[in-house]
Amino acid sequence: MMNPVYRKRLRAHRIGIALSVFAMAVGLFFLGWILLTLLVKGVDALHLRMFTENTPAPGSEGGGLLNAIVGSLLMVGASTAISTPVGILAGLYLAEYGARSWLARVTRFVTDIMLSAPSIAVGLFVYAVYVANVKHFSGWAGAFSISLIAIPVVVRTTDNMLKLVPDSLLEAAYSLGAPRWKVAGMVRLRAVRAGIVTGVLLAVARISGETAPLLFTALNNQFYSNDMNAPMANLPVVIYQFAMSPYDNWRSLAWGGALLITFSVLGLNILSRTLFSQKLPK
Amino acid sequence: MDNTISPAAGKITIKISGLNFFYGAFQGLKHIDLDIHEKKVTAFIGPSGCGKSTLLRTLNRMYDLYPGQRAEGDILYRGSNILDPRQDVNMLRARVGMVFQKPTPFPMSVYDNIAFGVRLYESLSKGALDERVEWALKKAALWNEVKDKLNKSGLSLSGGQQQRLCIARGVAVKPEVLLLDEPTSALDPISTARIEELIDELKRDYTIVMVTHNMQQAARCSDHTAYMYLGELVEFGETDRIFMNPLRKETQDYITGRFG
Repeated sequence: MMNPVYRKRLRAHRIGIALSVFAMAVGLFFLGWILLTLLVKGVDALHLRMFTENTPAPGSEGGGLLNAIVGSLLMVGASTAISTPVGILAGLYLAEYGARSWLARVTRFVTDIMLSAPSIAVGLFVYAVYVANVKHFSGWAGAFSISLIAIPVVVRTTDNMLKLVPDSLLEAAYSLGAPRWKVAGMVRLRAVRAGIVTGVLLAVARISGETAPLLFTALNNQFYSNDMNAPMANLPVVIYQFAMSPYDNWRSLAWGGALLITFSVLGLNILSRTLFSQKLPK
Repeated sequence: MDNTISPAAGKITIKISGLNFFYGAFQGLKHIDLDIHEKKVTAFIGPSGCGKSTLLRTLNRMYDLYPGQRAEGDILYRGSNILDPRQDVNMLRARVGMVFQKPTPFPMSVYDNIAFGVRLYESLSKGALDERVEWALKKAALWNEVKDKLNKSGLSLSGGQQQRLCIARGVAVKPEVLLLDEPTSALDPISTARIEELIDELKRDYTIVMVTHNMQQAARCSDHTAYMYLGELVEFGETDRIFMNPLRKETQDYITGRFG
């Protein structure tokens, strides 16, 4: 019954599907393995003490990650507050003037380079221009360095999202006699706000786990501190130091911290996906 | 070009003379002369690519948004040339409104969709703005359907409602001229009929210029019709005359469906 052309097409289809499923399975297998290992090894550290006690001194029992959690939240929060407006405005500039202006083309190019720049280079840069000059590590230095990583992510997603807004919608706003800034801000930006929020959340997810830039900027702090001008504890660096330590309780806390970061990032990603799927521009 | 509109047709709102339009090196309009009369519906018809939308978009300088597009000639409106570089395009567009082929509600509430344009040029009290929104929605025959969902997103309305919302938005700023670019080509027959009725209502207060690729629509809705082909204005006259008794053979071929 089946004609040969159709049968051939069907075979190609089945091979294609099989390869895709295999690729997906490989990806999911390792993701599952990582998550499972984290859960198994991190679950011991996951009790209330992790959120109420500071990182323990060498040789002492117990302890938690309170100072590191607070430090990470402060630095990621400050960085989000810096990189969101800068990134969105730069993205808006690129989308509005990107095709015509020389400056915008250079900005887009530099943003693309920054997107793939090694984060350790960013850390060293902030160390050289800021930490070395004020002569001490600090939470602000940490926040600046991860901002440099977050900004290009926000710029890129904002730019890409804004380009999805159809010309007809912009023309409709112009046809009412609206000036350009109003069309850009009230119609164009608004049309894709879900996509832009997604970009910001992805940037937050990206910087939550950055270790290298913080190593050279915020360093670490064994004690609780919310002074952004002083060295500041943070989850990635604590994990990095504790994971390689000889103390059992430190290593357990490192697993707990890794579990915390990974699931927070996973949560942010899921949140951004649900936000984005709700409202796509037409 | 044959132009047979009698001087009795009323005041001329827009006078187009010697208009040439270029997309880069390509000439999209060739020496157009045309009068748009006050409180009449003028329809541009012709096959795809004939320049009817291009002509419409010169009337509010919409082409300005795209580098490489330029117009030469005169389009006189209220004593000045629309094409003059010194013309304030925002003020021009506030007087010459436009409705597009596809409904283009802004990503905001029904109320704010209407208020957006009004707030650009007038600072009204809350009460006055409410009244204006209601007035515009009534003008667009949409009030009864949306009065209970003014705070809902404009995107939540049906296609036909969205298009009437766009008409209400255009009307709300109290323009003198409304440009309609194939306003019903994305709509179902029932919504189309409603928009056509609306055009008939609106021409009491506004000068309307519409592009349509539907000849029956031009015949039903318009007072004057311009037939265009390959960037040229072939024939322009009173709609009844154009459809009953075209002077040019090309026009006759097009309207009888032998061509196009």
